[in-house]
Amino acid sequence: MKIDSIQNGVVIDHITAGCGMRLYELLGLASLDCSVALIKNVSSKKQGHKDIIKIDADIPVNLDVIGYVDPGATVNIIRGGVLAEKRTIDMPERLVNVIKCKNPRCITSCEQELEHIFKLTDKENKVYRCLYCETKADNH
Amino acid sequence: MRSLIDILDFTVEELDALIRTACDIIDNPTAYAERCRGKKLATLFFEPSTRTRLSFEAAMLELGGNVIGFSEASSSSAAKGESLADTARVISCYADIIAMRHPKEGAALVAANNATVPVINAGDGGHCHPTQTLADLLTIYREKGRFDNLTVGFCGDLKFGRTVHSLINALSRYAGIRVVLISPEELKLPSYIKKDVLAKAGIPYTQLTDLEEAIPQLDILYMTRVQRERFFNEEDYLRLKDRYILDAKKLETAKPDLCVMHPLPRVNEISVDVDKDARACYFKQVLYGKYMRMALILKLLEEAAQ
Repeated sequence: MKIDSIQNGVVIDHITAGCGMRLYELLGLASLDCSVALIKNVSSKKQGHKDIIKIDADIPVNLDVIGYVDPGATVNIIRGGVLAEKRTIDMPERLVNVIKCKNPRCITSCEQELEHIFKLTDKENKVYRCLYCETKADNH
Repeated sequence: MRSLIDILDFTVEELDALIRTACDIIDNPTAYAERCRGKKLATLFFEPSTRTRLSFEAAMLELGGNVIGFSEASSSSAAKGESLADTARVISCYADIIAMRHPKEGAALVAANNATVPVINAGDGGHCHPTQTLADLLTIYREKGRFDNLTVGFCGDLKFGRTVHSLINALSRYAGIRVVLISPEELKLPSYIKKDVLAKAGIPYTQLTDLEEAIPQLDILYMTRVQRERFFNEEDYLRLKDRYILDAKKLETAKPDLCVMHPLPRVNEISVDVDKDARACYFKQVLYGKYMRMALILKLLEEAAQ
């Protein structure tokens, strides 16, 4: 399967196979007007299989979201058809308004306009907990 | 602005200093009788809790301060739809310090983030209740004279009991603590506490289902109530509620200096025949709670003034 290369935009590469759709959702890519390609299960020498997202516009991408969903992914900024910048990804210490706390007893379930904040409590096991009630975020 | 939301907000040194202050208050109450003259404590209780609220109010009154507040959400602006953040900002204009209980977990943190005066978490749902832990710590200190090298048994509902979780967290910072967890299978201590707190601190622990088997080795026995409100199924509650009942006979094999604690209220998990035993410390625990709240109010007001 072939997807054309882009002139100006963002390529999120080396996404763990199966995580592409989650990234697509959390990055809010469905609301973009430009062309966006989500390619699943691409053959990869390193990973066996991987997902790739190509965005045909030079837009700011929330690296925290990528670091949360798949810190092994890479972000390449393409300008004039060539690689202009390679962004490194790390797991963010805090996630603000990326995911919501699912604990019905959490104050975020009823307090108006309260930001949903999660903090990284165990990097090795990729554990994020709600800042308010300490409920563990679901594995994505 | 310094607040107390979780017991881990304070260092071991700060807890030690609070305990020293509380002991000094016990020894010299008149020296503290005017320390909060002209200061107001607001007790914001969005759910009823007679004991904790009265403990805070008694603490402030014994420091010479005044108390304002409400004891249920229906008599607050929350009933009109006001956000907790706004309530905290408004009350900051009336009071010098806030003690708040709220049914939602994390509510105290929201209040502290928006108030301009110190906030004390007097219980936020099933999450934290740090002043109960302060009461527990002073009880242990007064009864045992130390925090290290103790074998501490926790019995009953270890799954939902926030006081158990907080005390385990607090004790995990001292050396030579050994923990014995006594509960039915359904109410065992959550695995994340075993992993994140006990294992991380290198605290040896054993899990038992039999109270009699555990008693002889304990320096402290922390009993808890099986809470009806935590169960979705009444049948499960009825099956488990009488599982552990501490009575005088069971205490026969205990150490002569065992300290029996309970955060109260008790239902029937400690028989009244234990009340007369010198090892029963749960009513002293209530009194120590007031002294620790006095020490805490003083500390937070002094820090706010700096």
